[in-house]
Amino acid sequence: MMRLELVKRPQRSALFSVLSPFIAFALTMIAGAVLFALLGVNPLEAFNIYFIQPVSEVWQLHELAIKAAPLILIAVGLSVCYRANIWNIGAEGQFILGGIFGSIIPVLFPQFEGPLVLPLMLLLGMVGGALYAAIPALLKTRFSTNEILTSLMLVYVAQLFLDWLVRGPWRDPQGHGFPQTIQFGDSAVLPELMPDAGRANWGFVFALVAAVAIWLMMSRMLKGFEVRVMGSSPRAGRFAGFGFSKMVFFTFLLSGALAGLAGISEVSGAIGQLQPVISPGYGFTAIIVAFLGRLNPLGIVAAGLVLALTYLGGEAVQSALGISDKVARVFQGMLLFFVLGCDTLIHYRIRLIGLAAPKLEAAPKLEEAR
Amino acid sequence: MGGTVSANHDKANLLEVRGLTKIFGTLTACDHVDLNIAGGEIHALLGENGAGKSTLVKMLFGSLEPNSGEIFWDGQAVQITNPGVAKKLGIGMVFQHFSLFEALTAAENIALSLNDGSPISTIAAKARALSYSYGLPLDPESLVGDLSVGERQRIEIIRCLLQTPQLIILDEPTSVLTPQEADKLFETLERLRAEGKSILYISHRLEEVKRICDRATVLRHGKVVGHCNPRQETASSLARMMVGNEVKPVVRAPAEGIETAPALLEIRGLTRKPATPFAIPLKNINLRVRAGEVIGIAGVAGNGQGEFFESVSGEVLQQDAGSVRIRGKDAGGLSITGRRLMGAAFVPEERLGHGAAPRMKLSENLLLSRHATDGKSFVGSGGMVKNASVYSAAQRIITAMDVRKSAPDPEAAALSGGNLQKFIVGRELDRKPSVMVVNQPTWGVDAGAAAHIRQALIELARSGSAVLVISQDLDELFELTDAIAVMHNGELSAPLPIAEATFEKIGLLMGGAEPGHAEHTLETA
Repeated sequence: MMRLELVKRPQRSALFSVLSPFIAFALTMIAGAVLFALLGVNPLEAFNIYFIQPVSEVWQLHELAIKAAPLILIAVGLSVCYRANIWNIGAEGQFILGGIFGSIIPVLFPQFEGPLVLPLMLLLGMVGGALYAAIPALLKTRFSTNEILTSLMLVYVAQLFLDWLVRGPWRDPQGHGFPQTIQFGDSAVLPELMPDAGRANWGFVFALVAAVAIWLMMSRMLKGFEVRVMGSSPRAGRFAGFGFSKMVFFTFLLSGALAGLAGISEVSGAIGQLQPVISPGYGFTAIIVAFLGRLNPLGIVAAGLVLALTYLGGEAVQSALGISDKVARVFQGMLLFFVLGCDTLIHYRIRLIGLAAPKLEAAPKLEEAR
Repeated sequence: MGGTVSANHDKANLLEVRGLTKIFGTLTACDHVDLNIAGGEIHALLGENGAGKSTLVKMLFGSLEPNSGEIFWDGQAVQITNPGVAKKLGIGMVFQHFSLFEALTAAENIALSLNDGSPISTIAAKARALSYSYGLPLDPESLVGDLSVGERQRIEIIRCLLQTPQLIILDEPTSVLTPQEADKLFETLERLRAEGKSILYISHRLEEVKRICDRATVLRHGKVVGHCNPRQETASSLARMMVGNEVKPVVRAPAEGIETAPALLEIRGLTRKPATPFAIPLKNINLRVRAGEVIGIAGVAGNGQGEFFESVSGEVLQQDAGSVRIRGKDAGGLSITGRRLMGAAFVPEERLGHGAAPRMKLSENLLLSRHATDGKSFVGSGGMVKNASVYSAAQRIITAMDVRKSAPDPEAAALSGGNLQKFIVGRELDRKPSVMVVNQPTWGVDAGAAAHIRQALIELARSGSAVLVISQDLDELFELTDAIAVMHNGELSAPLPIAEATFEKIGLLMGGAEPGHAEHTLETA
């Protein structure tokens, strides 16, 4: 008889913190191959269509950047929350509120044009996301409510609020009854980076700048230190003089503002108006991005591109093979599942134990020397 | 030598341990340990923190599996694979850290561990009878949350005795007791011995080992360094066996001119309501620590010391700003950062998770308590941390305090308790604070490191700072302080100058006697 045993490592393994996402990705591929095979599709062909073809031309890379930008922006903010052990699950709602706040100018004051419009929209988007994120923060600090539940439930409130807006007060009067606002004027549209090559807009640049800035904050600044202390040992954080409520508000406002910025960038850049649905679940997928990127802003950039590809691949297999694009959700779910599973390897090692092998235990393992 | 199976083990031994070895990673916590316990003896297991006492005992109780070695019970080779097996054999254990539910009654707690389905009322009656027959009176209907630490320990002992064990293992039982409570416990142990039961008594307090134990086994760095009869040894010869060399005694230079020195830390009428149902309220605490002196606060654990420390440090703010004054200014409304900026420094009881973040490097843990007070040298423009200067300051402290470590800047959790404590104390000393408040400065620290820390605190005081030490260790307070106050049930007695203080006086105060009415209260207690 053999059994598997998890043995705690004396220190976290640096090797497996790096390897874990790759192992998870490999396991996702294997599980994905089984999935495609069960659907009666040749897995290799499906992988080609899913992962290779969507990024084989330059304009497609632009599409990838469009999908990756909101994921990265949101995930970078969420990573700060999660490092502080504060669980903002409602980025989807903050994204939507950012989109709505940012659209106030182009929808309600379409005659206001000029170079000031766009910066104001972006600012309002951030304010909208931050204000919406302040609700679970306030509830948590005042009434000790669980922020996971409140922030998640506020997502549905935001979705329904947007739905009501575009069907009711903000509906385009000339829109033949379609539930959407007027098209944004030229000065309210986020410009494309290289209009000749593809559709990618400034949102991707915002994402990269945010990633670098947050990386700097987390690794070099006192504020980042504060976040890490509060997340890993809250009591030591209190001893250091860091306030818990302040930290809750800081992380929620920061992640909310970044989600809001992602929201208005998406509305103003990729869509150009408000619709009943403005996000294919970016706020939730960004949670996977944050963890796949090891809660490290630079890792999140890479993870954001990977998850963006699952969206493009999902669309591609739908059109080429007739498989539902929900397969993208399946891939995202498997990836998160395997990432969280593989993270066990950072703190534990797996040992096979035969029932008659006590000698194996007596020999101290040398790998702890790292 | 450990390979041969010997058949000549002594039948007279209740428990015999041969070559027991336990390895954690690269650390050999127990290295071929031999131990014999005869029937009807009190056997001491001596050793410093980290010597392997707890590991050995956990193997005997079945909570850890040995890597190699044999255990004989009544002459039979046994494998103790889990605590259930140990209990069935007749081994009972009273842990140092109790495992009791505060919201349940004593009887309910006992019933939970017995797990034999008998009704609570039967168990309560049995427990009551047993507790009185052993001189450990206990009301089984009382809520654990309302009981003192000594009473809680009684529950653990009664719970253990109800299973009629032949061998009872006691892990540091007196560390939470007043001297008087400890005397009571010793009487009980002697009665148990008279009944023919064996006791394995784990302690690092040499006087009590000399007093009640028949034989002793001394562990150092996981190895048995000797078996002896403690009654024939002196405390210092036992200490030498435990530590391996002589420990430099702490020198307390006489404090001069203290009466006229300004009070740097003043506590005036400090009162605090309990924050949780089981917290201790603080009642009208007054204390003054002058420049140049070390004041000690004695008391059994859980009498409000933690609550008091939080209030003085500013982790919890006071309504009345004047209830805590630092260097002559009101500080009660200031946060811990504000109080540090006034010149105060604090060392909490818990090292990992309170005084230091376990998964952070030592240099980061330096920043933890000094990011504000040393803002200029550690934090640059725009909130950027100056890693190089933090690192070099950390190295300076490591050298000054002789912190031993395996890497240049290891994680706090990678250090042994004593070395981490040296760093945490050194981190504050390095600032030359004018007020220093330390909770349990040498708890769980080996003798050499403890002497180093105590000496450093005395020198800080003599250089003109006010030092307040909260400790459960009376020996430490007598060695370190100029006067001792006692905290009991959230109240603080007036400080007793060290020249007038005796173990007995302090012990009575720890048990709740009013100063001046000592004899009277003793009778009613």
